[in-house]
This record gives sequence, C-alpha cells and structure tokens, in this order.
Amino acid sequence: MSATSVRTEAPWVRRTLIGVALVFMFLFLVLPLAAVFTEALRKGWDAYWEALQEPDAWSAIRLTLMTAAIAVPLNLVFGVAAAWCIAKYEFRGKSFLTTLIDLPFSVSPVVAGLIYVLVFGAQGWFGPWLMEHDIKIIFAVPGIILATVFVTFPFIARELIPLMQAQGNDEEQAAQVLGASGWQTFWYVTLPNIKWGLIYGVILCNARAMGEFGAVSVVSGHIRGQTNTMPLHVEVLYNEYQSVAAFAVASLLALLALVTLVIKSVAEWRMEAEMKALAELPPEQPTPAANPLLGQTL
Amino acid sequence: MSAATSAVLGDSTPHGTALPRRATRRVLPGFNITLGFTVFYLSLIVLIPLSALLFKTFTLTWPQFWEAVTAPRVVASYKLTFGASFIAACVNAVFGLLVAWVLVRYSFPGKKIVDALVDLPFALPTAVAGISLTAILAGNGWIGQYTEPLGLQLAFNPNGVVIALIFIGLPFVVRTVQPVLEDTEKELEEAATCLGATRWQTFSRVIFPSIAPALLTGFAMAFARAVGEYGSVIFIAGNMPMISEITPLIIISKLEQYDYAGATAVATVMLAISFVLLLLINGLQTWQRKRSGGAMA
Repeated sequence: MSATSVRTEAPWVRRTLIGVALVFMFLFLVLPLAAVFTEALRKGWDAYWEALQEPDAWSAIRLTLMTAAIAVPLNLVFGVAAAWCIAKYEFRGKSFLTTLIDLPFSVSPVVAGLIYVLVFGAQGWFGPWLMEHDIKIIFAVPGIILATVFVTFPFIARELIPLMQAQGNDEEQAAQVLGASGWQTFWYVTLPNIKWGLIYGVILCNARAMGEFGAVSVVSGHIRGQTNTMPLHVEVLYNEYQSVAAFAVASLLALLALVTLVIKSVAEWRMEAEMKALAELPPEQPTPAANPLLGQTL
Repeated sequence: MSAATSAVLGDSTPHGTALPRRATRRVLPGFNITLGFTVFYLSLIVLIPLSALLFKTFTLTWPQFWEAVTAPRVVASYKLTFGASFIAACVNAVFGLLVAWVLVRYSFPGKKIVDALVDLPFALPTAVAGISLTAILAGNGWIGQYTEPLGLQLAFNPNGVVIALIFIGLPFVVRTVQPVLEDTEKELEEAATCLGATRWQTFSRVIFPSIAPALLTGFAMAFARAVGEYGSVIFIAGNMPMISEITPLIIISKLEQYDYAGATAVATVMLAISFVLLLLINGLQTWQRKRSGGAMA
C-alpha cells in the first residue's frame, strides 16, 4: 500500500463528501449571489440602467466611495503603525493591546453606532457644544465615517501583525547596520515584504467599509440623497417595494464583493509563494567559523 | 561604530548563544512613535466611545437597568438571538469542517474557485445578503416555492434568522480549520493505519483531536459574529415582537423612540457578552497554539 492511499478514503466516500460540500456551498453561497443579479435584471436591462441613474442612487454611490476613501487610509496608517510596534518589539501589555485592537470585531455593529450617538448625539457628551457651534456629526456624514472607521478598525492591523512577526527583524536590522534611516528601512525593506499582506488587508477593509450596514444605519438618520450610503439606499428601496431598483444597487455591491474575492485570492497566492520562497532560503544563523570573520570586516 | 550596531554585533557570548533579546529588539527605530500613535488612535476611535456606553449605563438606577434588560420582549429577543446563533454555529461547525476537509484533502475541478468563494460572506455586504436570501426563501422564491407547500416556511420567521446566520458564519469555521488540517502530520495517520485502525478510527481518534481546538475556535467566532449580526437578519426575520425580533433590532427600535437609556442598557448586556466571547476565543487560540506547538516538538 502506498503512502498516499493510506491517507485517503474509498472513492465513494470521497465523492459523497465532495458532493455534499459542493451542494452546501451552492445553496448557501452561489444561489444568493445569483439571485442578486437575477432579481436586478428581472425587468430587463433598461429598467436596470434606469434604476442606477436615479440621482439618489448616485448620491449614495458617491457617499459610499467617499466614506471608504477616508476610512480605509486612516485604518491603513493605524494598521501599519500598530503592526510595527507589536511585531518588531517586545513590551509589557503587548497581548492586551492586541486584544483591544481586535475588540471592534466582536462588538455588534449596532452597538458601534450607538456609542457614537452617546458621544456626539444631541443628548451625548459633546452634543450641546456641537449644537452651539452648529457642527453636525450624528445624522450627518462625519458620523457615518466614524462608525465605518470603527467597524473596519482591526482589518489591516490584524493581517499585518502575524505576517511581520513571521518575517522577523533580521532584514530591518541589516538595513540599519548598513546605515539606512528608519524611514528608508521601512520603505525599501519592510514595505516590499509586506506588500501582499497589505493589499489583502486593504481590500477586505474596503469591502467592509463600503458594505457596512448596522453601524451606519444607527448614525445616518436616513436622509435620502444626503446621508444614505449604498447599503442604506438598498434598504430604503427594498422597504418601498422597489425590488428591481433595490437589487440593481445591490448588484453593484455584489460586483464589488466579486472583485474583492479575486484580488484577495491573488494576494493570498502571492503571499503563499513568497512564504515558500522564504522557507527555502538557507538558514541565516552564521556558523561559528564565520562569526569572527564577520566581526573583523566591520 | 554606533552604540546600536555594537549592541547587535559586539555582544557575542563565548557559548555562541542568541544575542540578548532586549538589545536586539530595540535597535529598530520608531517604537515610541508607533506605539504612541496606536494607543492614541485606539483610544480615540474605540476606547473613549465605548466608555461612553458604560458611563451612560451608570447614570441609570439599578431598577431602571434591570427593568430595561429583563422586559419580556427583550428576553424573547435574547432567546432568539442566542438560540439561532447557537444552531447556526453548530451547522457551520459540521459543514465548515466538511468544506475545509474537502478543500484540503481532495482535488476536484474548480477547487480554487470554491476556495475563493468561501470568503463571499466576508465580502458581500450584509444588507445584500439579507435581501437576496429573502428573495430565495420567500413563498415565491427559488427555494421557498417548493418548501412552503410542504408546510416549511423559511422566511419571515426564526428559520430565516438561522439561515442568514449560517451564511454569515461559514467562513469563520472553514478558515480556522483549514490551516490546521493542512499541518496535520501524515506520519501519525500512517502509523494509525499500520497499527490496524480503520479510516474512521483514524479520523475520530487521531485527526479530529488535533483539529478540535481550531474547530471550537471557529465555532466561537461564528457564534460571536452571529450574536451581533444585524444587516442580513432584519430583512429575512419578519421582525415580529416576541417571535422573530433579534436583540440588535431592539436597540435600534429603542433608539428610534428616543429611549437612549433603554437602548444603552440592552447594548451593555450585549457588549458584556461580546467581551466574554472575545476572552473565550483568545483562550481557545492560545490552547490551539500550545497544542500545535507541542505536536511539533
């Protein structure tokens, strides 16, 4: 009996398991995706285009793009900074800090929206002061952006921390020894190494930022044409029984999801390839014989 | 030679052991600024707003708080939220393990596409998932039209809540089990077979124990996500008070009635539960790491 046949099952078991898994995936993942496009095109392409050319739909698209364009870069800068200090150094309270960074993942989106209402809302901490100065945060665009930043907070940091930990400090230290400044070290040594992980984190962060519903729904106030993001606009249309229009806007978000999956898969394959290449390098520990020589050259 | 470089190179101990950890770690610049920025941003976006919830809760008297969180309609929503989340997480544990197994162990056409598709619930906005599942499962939908004549209503009742939560939680189980399954040692399985174990015995006694921590972690993550889920559920649930109203929806409807105190009280309960789940997941992950670390040694 060969080594491979020991680790696998009889063909009929294999086929049944694959079959059941594929049927499950089809029912729960493929059907919902197909339904979005079918429902959107139920009344033909003309109705579909018309639904997408509504001014309210356009303003929802603009607001969604703007929200993501602010929230993602903010969390990108944070993610890189957090990953740098957590992956490259040892300090007390590090695991506690990591847990706190993960916190927004486990907070319900509705609670996430509520906390900003409690801080900036009319009855909140800063409510009276904001009202005096005529600044609107809740039921306005800044609140939507804040809630989006909260729910997408850990995405990039989460992706970079394990990656940078796995890569270690050797290359950065070498750059330092050779006289590179901190910024040069990051730009020319670290960044190329974490590039695919960074893209992976950014793309997932962006998908969530554009698609967030619960948190944004609490702080938006649902003012048509002003504070409705695309997911909120889908809800409004759906509740008004404008099914085709709702699914037309939803189909754009579904396309975004498909593009996200493609980019994410590519990033994943590249990361795996790079990790494999890294693992195949000869061990970097200098042999005892080479050590004094290294000391002499310097 | 700068002080920093000498810290790296100068300190070679006679035994040739590793360099002192602290010295090498602090050679790279940027610790203070990145840590400072991380803590500042974390406080600004997460910690201070979250503390607002606690402060608001402390302004309530105990009877007020207790009344808000134990009202019959709220208690019914806990039962639905946790019950449906539990069932969905169980379904996900079984089918997530199956999908992960099939993806790691077998090859079949279109495997890469299936693998990529697992993450769809992460990428598809929840509101889109919600209206789409509703369209499929409603009485005139692709699936609903066949199940409703049989007396099985899948949308606008608790069944719909469970189905939406299965959709949302699936990738958590697959993505935590998959890497662990890839790392299982084939020597152990071969040894089990050589010693006369059947394939099922090998799975239940050798493979399953090694992936159990990961499976449990995935289960807990799917459960935690399901408890807080709002977008996909509200479209399909029907939102009938006492029957198909989830806890996040209770918070929203209290807010819409300007009952900030009531919304805050219920939100505090949910937040406390999220904390417990987060700690549980962290504990499970530590256990899992120790388990796999021990297996390699």
